[in-house]
Amino acid sequence: MFKTVENISAYYANPQRFMRLAQTLHAPLWGLAVGVLALGLYMVSQVPDDYQQGSTVRIMFVHVPAAWMALFAYSFIFFASVTALIFRHPVGHIAGRAAAPIGAVFTLIALITGSLWGQPMWGTWWVWDARLTSVLVLLFIYLGYIALWQAIEDHGQAARAAAILAIVGSVNVPIVKFSVDWWNTLHQPASVSRFSRPALHADFLYPLLVMGLGFTLLFLALTLTRMQMEILRQRARARHNGGAHV
Amino acid sequence: MGLFIALCHQHILLAWRGGHTTLIVSFLFIAIILMPFGLGPELALLRQLAPGLLWVVLLMSVLLSLDRMFQADFEDGSMDQMALIPLSLEMVVVAKSLGHFIALFLPLLAAIPLAGLLLNIDAAALPALMLSMVAGAPALTLLGAIGAALALSIRRSAMLTVLLVMPLYVPVLIFGASSSAGALSNGGSVDMASIAILALMSLAALFLAPLAAAAALRVALR
Repeated sequence: MFKTVENISAYYANPQRFMRLAQTLHAPLWGLAVGVLALGLYMVSQVPDDYQQGSTVRIMFVHVPAAWMALFAYSFIFFASVTALIFRHPVGHIAGRAAAPIGAVFTLIALITGSLWGQPMWGTWWVWDARLTSVLVLLFIYLGYIALWQAIEDHGQAARAAAILAIVGSVNVPIVKFSVDWWNTLHQPASVSRFSRPALHADFLYPLLVMGLGFTLLFLALTLTRMQMEILRQRARARHNGGAHV
Repeated sequence: MGLFIALCHQHILLAWRGGHTTLIVSFLFIAIILMPFGLGPELALLRQLAPGLLWVVLLMSVLLSLDRMFQADFEDGSMDQMALIPLSLEMVVVAKSLGHFIALFLPLLAAIPLAGLLLNIDAAALPALMLSMVAGAPALTLLGAIGAALALSIRRSAMLTVLLVMPLYVPVLIFGASSSAGALSNGGSVDMASIAILALMSLAALFLAPLAAAAALRVALR
């Protein structure tokens, strides 16, 4: 089993072969993402108004999946960086670079929708609560990661430096996740991923889960597109420099 | 051990003779002096804000000092030699961080009581504030070393270093400021829980940060 994983991973270390796989997966993945998102949006439109929050509760169906994606994308970059550094897997660096702006935008969406939701519910756009602060810090880690990639000219150097930063910055991920449990704050604790029954009524839970799946597929589709772009860009650069074929 | 001390000593001498110590302490005072102009000269308000302001300004001073950590050695080629000496690059990082701490951080800490006086700090809160800063200092220096090493192969990297290191400093600032603000409200008694967390961060940084910083140095040296 372990050997197979290793073999598959080694096979796709060649960006050329990865490119072929990506081209096959590209259209079905996008189709699936758009389909699930459309279904999710339809389900959200059928959700009854909350008896306390009214129709503002619908912000949740964008806010919560975006926040999940903010953490998911960072974890993705973390594992890609570890793979790239330890197993010297070149596609790992490409995956990290491709996912970073997408993760940053999801983080921003989570912050903005949270702010729009917080205004009517808490009466303020922003509070310095542990969850909000740690997500803001996460955004800055994303920005630092992107800036490091852009600032270092040598591609190999930039890749390894950014991977080290991604691993160092990962200490923030558990802080974001557990901030609501460790500090009793204004932001409510997790109500879906609990070991006991979710604290959310089924009318709200199922549309939320479908939206979460849709956002995940969207993230993967966007990342795959950007990875293809990145490989093509490297190839173009290599051809321009007259160097070895990448 | 001789090499370790020599590296540390060299870093201190370079920082001192290059005038960086004076510059960074001057920056601390300039930032503190600007505060009353921005916030108004009301002494009661300044007394309330003093511990937090001092923490933030200390943090900014340290951030500004970080491009001195490896940059000069990297540019004149000394860093290539340091990679060859019989001392692991991790220990080079520790030696330079210790030198950085002695040459730049300790003078900043020594300036804190005087800077606090300018902000009308409550004398009873000062020991707790200093204690929290001492407990957090190794974490600040060593986390800064990671950022400085990552940005090494870029020219004029000071702003990038700030962006890379700032998120890592936030937890230290949160616990540092909360412990000293607590000391202000209950008459100077030290909040040992926050101090312990700061010390824990410093210890963790002492073991983990040199690994990351040395890996980043190897990337830049390649």
